[in-house]
Amino acid sequence: MRTGDFDRLSGNDSPVHRLSPALKTVSAILFILAVTLMPGRPGWVFAAAGALLLGAILAGRIPASFLLKRALLLEPVAVAVAGLALLQPSGTARFGLMVVRSTLCLTAVLVLAATTPSSDILAFFRRLRVPSILTTMAALMVRYIFVLGDELRRMRRARRSRTFRKGRARAWRSASAAAGHLFVRSTERAERIYRAMSARGWR
Amino acid sequence: MHIPDGFLDAKTIAVASVLSAAGIGRALHNVRRTLTPRKVPLMGLASAFLFVAQMINFPVLGGTSGHLLGAVLAAILLGPDEAVLVMTVVLAVQAFLFADGGVLALGANLFNMAIVAPLAGYAVFRLASRPARTEAGRLAAVAVAAWSSAVLAAIGCAGELSLSGAVPWTLGFPAMTGIHMLIGLGEALITVLVLAAIIEARPDILPGLVVGRERAEETRPLKDVLIYGAVVVAGAVVFVLPLSSRLPDGLEATAARLGFASRAAAPPAVPAPLAGYRVPGVGSLSLATALAAGLGAILVFAVSFAIARRRSSRPKGGIPGNA
Repeated sequence: MRTGDFDRLSGNDSPVHRLSPALKTVSAILFILAVTLMPGRPGWVFAAAGALLLGAILAGRIPASFLLKRALLLEPVAVAVAGLALLQPSGTARFGLMVVRSTLCLTAVLVLAATTPSSDILAFFRRLRVPSILTTMAALMVRYIFVLGDELRRMRRARRSRTFRKGRARAWRSASAAAGHLFVRSTERAERIYRAMSARGWR
Repeated sequence: MHIPDGFLDAKTIAVASVLSAAGIGRALHNVRRTLTPRKVPLMGLASAFLFVAQMINFPVLGGTSGHLLGAVLAAILLGPDEAVLVMTVVLAVQAFLFADGGVLALGANLFNMAIVAPLAGYAVFRLASRPARTEAGRLAAVAVAAWSSAVLAAIGCAGELSLSGAVPWTLGFPAMTGIHMLIGLGEALITVLVLAAIIEARPDILPGLVVGRERAEETRPLKDVLIYGAVVVAGAVVFVLPLSSRLPDGLEATAARLGFASRAAAPPAVPAPLAGYRVPGVGSLSLATALAAGLGAILVFAVSFAIARRRSSRPKGGIPGNA
């Protein structure tokens, strides 16, 4: 993942982007509820759900490459878990059912995230009275994931440019040293953020 | 271990969500009691750190790589209550913004990775580090705790999947637990190496691990232990006990009584290779897995203690870094 990749699409403009974040979040949840909990093998529900998603993808002008890339990243987990079901009676049918369900739900969340800025989704949860500690933590987390990701990349580049020996043990040590230093830097950054927030009248 | 949507049924989601809400509620209560404004940005940044740390790949055999779960790491860096909240935020953001783990399955994922993993992991750490008088001993305790957290979360995951009828216990338990007994080794090693790197850089951050500087409040109030314990035990009773003792009869009887047996009895599209899921030796496989998990915990402790002792006896500056 690159900095800026995420939330890049949600800044676009389309009829789907203009819908209210609350409406989109609620409908994504209802969509997932319907697809997951409908008993039996409701082919028509899946067909309708698929058509709905396709409509949202087209109307929201979400590039297929984005959906494919993310789905390829996430689908193996679903297939692996569903694969265990292959080893039981009527396993193939169950396998198919679970893969269809999880793919539809996964795409629904991807569509939501690609058409709604994360801050709007967070604001919706704040309105639902989710405890403010959690929403503040989530807001800070989303804001700083990419800052820390970049910091980690810089640290690794610095290391790569100075290390010429390879080896698995070395890779583990340097990766965990990088993680350790990243934590230390995160706490120091948190301290600076706290001062900046206080200076601007937070709490 | 993030369960996607489409695998769990309504009752499993409901039970897991209620248990997670209870655990998170208690953690919120505890954190609020000692919360200084200064700590809020730290916990937000810790969530971002954990998310990023989970993306660092550690090369395993031939091209595959493992990564961190981080529940025990968070519990030791920030405290168990804080770890519950940090894991909660990480999992929720992953579910809603990155589609990693299901939105409805979030309750179950929270139970496994935000409740069981940090709380049970931390309990294991406290127990195992009690006799430890050296830094090596404590790092060994960390290793066992991290390993246990991965294995216990996987057992919870297997229980939820089988209670939902997605994957039968006799398959899911050995498969999930077996795989995570290996993944747990990576978790243990990474957690210890990261903590060792932090101790080297800033020993003041980790007073609980550096010998000679005890954490101020070493004992937790009994009420906390009881409430957290009740949540975890309730999960074990609902997700694991009935399945390990009475499957498949128990679930099938319930299915018949509640009238959703017809749903499960759909004709197979392809004749099943293992009819009636009585794979020869699978019953004993569950038992063997449970035994192996117990032995594994002891083995991990012994090996990690030996390694940690060797490591800490080396001169300072053994860990590369400071890039």
